[in-house]
Amino acid sequence: MARVIVDVMPKPEILDPQGKAVHGALPRLGFTGVTDVRQGKRFELEVAQADEATLAEVERIAGTLLSNPVIEDYTVRVEVDA
Amino acid sequence: MKIGVVTFPGSLDDVDAQRAVRLAGAEPVALWHGDHDLKGVDAVILPGGFSYGDYLRCGAIARFAPVMTEVVEGANKGMPVLGICNGFQILCESHLLPGALIRNDHRTFVCRDQELVVENAGTAWTRAYEQGQQITVPLKNGEGGFVADAETLDRLEGEGRVVVRYVGANPNGSLRDIAGVTNERGNVVGLMPHPEHAVEDLCGPGTDGLGFFASAVQALAAV
Repeated sequence: MARVIVDVMPKPEILDPQGKAVHGALPRLGFTGVTDVRQGKRFELEVAQADEATLAEVERIAGTLLSNPVIEDYTVRVEVDA
Repeated sequence: MKIGVVTFPGSLDDVDAQRAVRLAGAEPVALWHGDHDLKGVDAVILPGGFSYGDYLRCGAIARFAPVMTEVVEGANKGMPVLGICNGFQILCESHLLPGALIRNDHRTFVCRDQELVVENAGTAWTRAYEQGQQITVPLKNGEGGFVADAETLDRLEGEGRVVVRYVGANPNGSLRDIAGVTNERGNVVGLMPHPEHAVEDLCGPGTDGLGFFASAVQALAAV
């Protein structure tokens, strides 16, 4: 078994109201060192084998369902056990 | 003349859309998301609501519902398709319309009577209006901010594909105040405001929304 991680983030030029809300809450809690927050999504896909064919399939999954290319970017990586 | 209204799990405004179709003089036909069957309808409406709980992204899962295969096929052949609110989000996710809808810039749900200007009275869903006509219909959404890259926005403006635009204060952060757009052919239209909630004087702000449904009846009669 292996785990493939897909991270989906709003494109830099797209407004991220949720990230802004989180950022706005930080000073109220006394955290003043953060200049910006962007909020995205993390998907953990369990696969039998993280081989080339499987990763190619995960790329297609990430590009068609997990992200909307109009507003989001994604990255795919294999999680290595510690 | 039959106009189908698709019900997805989580659709809310399918019955209102059916009523609007009936008031406009066509026969509403209930379509089910899980069927590969348009039941011989001449046009299709994707109604408002929260299909599949808005999980993942609004419209992202509904896009892959069985019935959408036939809706996309029909749309590509010129069948009139209208997406209202969640339906608009589904049409964008299906790539039948450009752009995407994101969370309102002010982060709160908006629900109000909204003034719009009809900027393209040539589509299958707006031909009953006058070019430049101002109408008032309800608007209610949490994720209604229309976004696309500058090139796409310029193309939409240049080709007259902005169908309706918000008048007055922008309610949700939509770029260039865009409330609804159409495809190149003018048969597929999506908008965030709800014309189906403005079809009778008893409820809602008036009957300004009826024109969308009357337009489809006109367009189908002209075929």
